[in-house]
Amino acid sequence: MNVTLRIWRQNADGSDGALHDYKLTGISEDSSFLEMLDVLNEELFARGEEPIAFDSDCREGICGQCGLVINGVPHGNEGPSADQNTTTCQVHMRHFKDGDTITIEPWRSTAFPIIKDLVVNRSAFDRIIQAGGYISVNTGAAPDAHATPVPKQDADRSFEAAACIGCGACVAACPNGSAMLFTSAKVTHLGLLPQGKPENLQRVTDMLNQHDEEGFGSCTNIGECAAVCPKGISLDNIAFMNRQLAKAVFKGL
Amino acid sequence: MSEMISGLYREGEKIADTKAPTDVPLAQVWEQRKFNAKLVNPANRRKLSVIIVGSGLAGGAAAASLGEMGYNVHCFFYQDSARRAHSIAAQGGINAAKNYRNDNDSVYRLFYDTVKGGDYRARETNVYRLAEVSAAIIDQCVAQGVPFAREYGGLLDNRSFGGVQVSRTFYARGQTGQQLLIGAYQAMERQVAAGTVKEYPRHEMVELIVADGRARGIVARDMSTGEVKTYTADAVVLATGGYGNVFFLSTNAMGCNGSAIWRAHRKGAYFGNPCYTQIHPTCIPQHGDQQSKLTLMSESLRNDGRIWVPKKAEDCEKDPRDIPEEDRDYYLERIYPSFGNLVPRDVASRNAKNVCDEGRGVGPKIDGVARGVYLDFADAINRMGKDAVSAKYGNLFDMYERITDDNPYEVPMRIYPAVHYTMGGLWVDYDLESSIPGLFVTGEANFSDHGANRLGASALMQGLSDGYFVLPNTINDYLASGPFEKLDANAPAVVEARDEAQARIDKLMSINGNRSVDSFHKELGSIMWEYCGMSRNEAGLKLAIDKIRELRKEFWTNVRVPGKSIGELNQSLEKAGRVADFMELAELMCIDALHRSESCGGHFREESQTAEGEAKRNDAEYTYVAAWEFGGDDQPPILHKEDLVYKNIELKERSYK
Repeated sequence: MNVTLRIWRQNADGSDGALHDYKLTGISEDSSFLEMLDVLNEELFARGEEPIAFDSDCREGICGQCGLVINGVPHGNEGPSADQNTTTCQVHMRHFKDGDTITIEPWRSTAFPIIKDLVVNRSAFDRIIQAGGYISVNTGAAPDAHATPVPKQDADRSFEAAACIGCGACVAACPNGSAMLFTSAKVTHLGLLPQGKPENLQRVTDMLNQHDEEGFGSCTNIGECAAVCPKGISLDNIAFMNRQLAKAVFKGL
Repeated sequence: MSEMISGLYREGEKIADTKAPTDVPLAQVWEQRKFNAKLVNPANRRKLSVIIVGSGLAGGAAAASLGEMGYNVHCFFYQDSARRAHSIAAQGGINAAKNYRNDNDSVYRLFYDTVKGGDYRARETNVYRLAEVSAAIIDQCVAQGVPFAREYGGLLDNRSFGGVQVSRTFYARGQTGQQLLIGAYQAMERQVAAGTVKEYPRHEMVELIVADGRARGIVARDMSTGEVKTYTADAVVLATGGYGNVFFLSTNAMGCNGSAIWRAHRKGAYFGNPCYTQIHPTCIPQHGDQQSKLTLMSESLRNDGRIWVPKKAEDCEKDPRDIPEEDRDYYLERIYPSFGNLVPRDVASRNAKNVCDEGRGVGPKIDGVARGVYLDFADAINRMGKDAVSAKYGNLFDMYERITDDNPYEVPMRIYPAVHYTMGGLWVDYDLESSIPGLFVTGEANFSDHGANRLGASALMQGLSDGYFVLPNTINDYLASGPFEKLDANAPAVVEARDEAQARIDKLMSINGNRSVDSFHKELGSIMWEYCGMSRNEAGLKLAIDKIRELRKEFWTNVRVPGKSIGELNQSLEKAGRVADFMELAELMCIDALHRSESCGGHFREESQTAEGEAKRNDAEYTYVAAWEFGGDDQPPILHKEDLVYKNIELKERSYK
């Protein structure tokens, strides 16, 4: 198939970026979206131009390193429901039509500075985790795994939240540039488990403070985040987090 | 020094592990070693620093644990966050000798299965220790909040995995690797906040610094800015995963590479068993020549899926649902009645190749041959119901459908083997220390635990056992003699390493030829897959070595790396450095494969098979680890043999019938 690509190019030196058009022919519809970009880069190489920088690593939809806004939608997600969403690396060309024009942009958020072209810096997410997204247990300090049974429904709900891959699509989709879905997924994952409960209220307070410090916006319940999340992370997590926050405020944390 | 053997290598002195106590029974070796190892008191740990390269299960777990103990840890990784390491993609599970199923499992059985699965080419002491600490890994992960699958009573669930007959595998749906890695990553980030771990995202190691015979640091390139800087420490740990991307198409992540271990090898670290690569049987077949990587699906699918091909080649184009039962060949169940579809990975892979070579493969043709076999869930859906199948494998089915556009609930999946894991890696002793003092190697990057073939759900076990429990209890023996003399930026060893790294980058940028890095990588990969893949023979390997040498020469005269090396991200340059190293590693893999004229585990030599076409080991001549020493540029490598002594397990022919 043949497509026209409109791709954001930008240098790291602070200069303005712009959309550039590229025509590409002979793409297999079984190719993935990123394989299509690989082919484009080989063509650019042959023409003596510089290849386009974009991030990807596992190309199996699990590491969270890839992330492009495709036709205005983070990861190009156009499934009818969140559970059909996917990561950029799992989008396949058969979902486009021959002759389509496809616009490709990076995640745009104050908290994710552009490194080059379509590559952004997402270290802010790591710092939110550093603020409290863990259970404080040293290596070697663990009781037997069966010492604390976890009700299956709690374990399952915790797992659902833990499925977050930290890709940042939620931030890219949010008109406020909020990272509440990401933050609440971690608060919920750990908060539902008996092992995580002792630190629940401190965790939510510390993580949210860091969230705000990084320049992420606040949540106004728009729901764009969950609509594009490749792992189906639900808005319920934000509700769970808000309940934890209310408890923390009540306790004066 | 001996003369050249087959014109390719020389043989040097034998080596041996000197760290594991030899005067106590196997079950006491680890306890004894921990007691004999020198300690570092908590106040002195603050004065010691450790560099860790890689943030996956082996690296991340070690960074967290050493940080908790009070050492100064510096962790480097090429991804943008420590949470992205490719451990995250492991699906199926992690083994542990908990015997929660009461099915007669034990530490000894896990040890036995691992040695047998590795085709008797692993070191007994290391494997026993792995089995011994496995149970503590599960405890640790649960305490960190890893959401393993649970039953209605609230206790942990288990599944079985290829190559064994007990249910000892713990899992978190099809995302076990992700959940375990997130556990290690969170523990590590906690230490970043505590100030004991400093992380360096988007940094790649381009050289090892060796001073006075000790590993003392690394040269790293900041991939965002192109800046090349030196970092020194009292010890260096490489936890950089496997080198499967030497094949170009593999289940590895795009960025996985062998550069860190190869740089260390060139500086004197021996490379153990480079030819042992694992081809994983349940991957999604290649779609065509625009393919960038292959996707693995957890082999847990083999618990309920049945593998078959048509009995007659003329049925291969038919809709599989129209092929009646009597015209199907469930070849694994036919040949291996007692293990059936659960035979180890190398056996399953080789048999898939055989039936496709016979012309009974299914799916699209790659170079004229259909490369695929059916993995059919129709019986499982009838037996358990669609919902139960979906609960167990739903995410894998979704993944399959997204990539292939086929619905596995309706049509049998198609699978084909792909390069997955590398059992070979840098040679280490019982302390996980390489032949360079102060250089430790953990996880997939070392050679130690899996012999010639790794059993399912054992990679996660090894990464975490090395990272949480082994390294933190052995590195102290080395660090107790530190802190070593401070190396400043102008020390000759540091300057030399930095200059070497810079010269290499400058050279790559200056060639300015006509071919792209990827085109070389693809060509190298196809040579390796053809001649050093699922089966190998002498003539093919010799041919491959010539082809690799020729390609390498062309690479260094005709590659072109666009862009700049400084001031900005340059992904072409990153790839160029990695492919340059693969070009050298590939040759060593072929030499190792050529010298080992027996079949064992993941290394199948066509000249060495039984009457039934099964792998035939040659224990009399080859019960050793091949540890290769770098001989110099364009010089033959030197082989050091480490004899494998089995005191607790009797060497047998591996039989899964």
